[in-house]
Amino acid sequence: MEPEAAKLIGAGIACIALAGAGVGIGHIFGNYLAGALRNPAAAQAQFPNLLLGFALAEATGLFGLVVALILLFVI
Amino acid sequence: MAAENGHGAEGGLGVDPMHQFEITTIIPLEFGGIDASFTNSALWMVISAALITGLTVFGMSGRAMVPGRLQSVAELSYEFVANMIRDNVGSEGQRYFPFIFTLFMFVLFSNMVGMIPYSFTVTSHIIVTFGLAMVIFLGVTVIGFAKHGLRFFEFFVPKGIPVVLVPLLVVIEVISYLTRPVSLSVRLFANMMAGHTMLKVFAGFVVAFVGAGGALTGLAIGPLAFMVAFTGLEILVAFLQAYVFAILTCIYLNDALHMH
Repeated sequence: MEPEAAKLIGAGIACIALAGAGVGIGHIFGNYLAGALRNPAAAQAQFPNLLLGFALAEATGLFGLVVALILLFVI
Repeated sequence: MAAENGHGAEGGLGVDPMHQFEITTIIPLEFGGIDASFTNSALWMVISAALITGLTVFGMSGRAMVPGRLQSVAELSYEFVANMIRDNVGSEGQRYFPFIFTLFMFVLFSNMVGMIPYSFTVTSHIIVTFGLAMVIFLGVTVIGFAKHGLRFFEFFVPKGIPVVLVPLLVVIEVISYLTRPVSLSVRLFANMMAGHTMLKVFAGFVVAFVGAGGALTGLAIGPLAFMVAFTGLEILVAFLQAYVFAILTCIYLNDALHMH
């Protein structure tokens, strides 16, 4: 296989990590909404935790994106 | 065929999405073989620092009982960080307020200034975020050892587990502790770089559609609308990542001060 082609295929595969980030972000917002509808009074206090969880889940997916960019532009 | 440098409108995207991260020297400086030039990265750091200083100094110079706009923003950001530290570290953490406030404001302003077209995003380079994260990591570790002495090593031994599992879990805890600066820096860097690259890629679509001419020009409205929406999201992310960076610093500080 051409090294250039292998590089591009590898970068594409690395982007699959973003699927996990999508699942994680959906899970966090879905559960927050479910909890907020059950107990709206407590929802506001948990908003910072929601943002923290969102950022933590998104970051793991972005690690995969960094791998893809390293494959494309650094190696 | 396409132009040799790949910048021709007919040569695919028409815009190089990585060009915006290029570092250029403005004033060349060298100290003993070390390249310490004043670059565009340094210039935008100075701009961020000047804006923060301007906000806090001019915002609070009036000391009005009923704050104006600028004073409200300055007071709001002060209270925001103070509450963050009170909730996550407790009263002991107030000693470290100046550091965390500076950190939060620097990351926030660097991210926000980077959203201005033709500007430069300082935090989209991993060496900048890794430098910040390493200072936090070393500082927090030193605080932990200064406060608890060698008892700080107990931090790596989880409580209430069977003795058989202790060696395994200590290894895992030590590794997870050592990856903190990496995950802290890559989170901020990857978010900023991915967002800006995505904006540039879609800008390339607009350029390509307009360059194609004729009926295709109308199609450019699609990626353009997406870019406008995505810029809004990027401003949210810029704030969110500064917030997460500061709150994780608080959590690490809490670990060092209170051990679990």
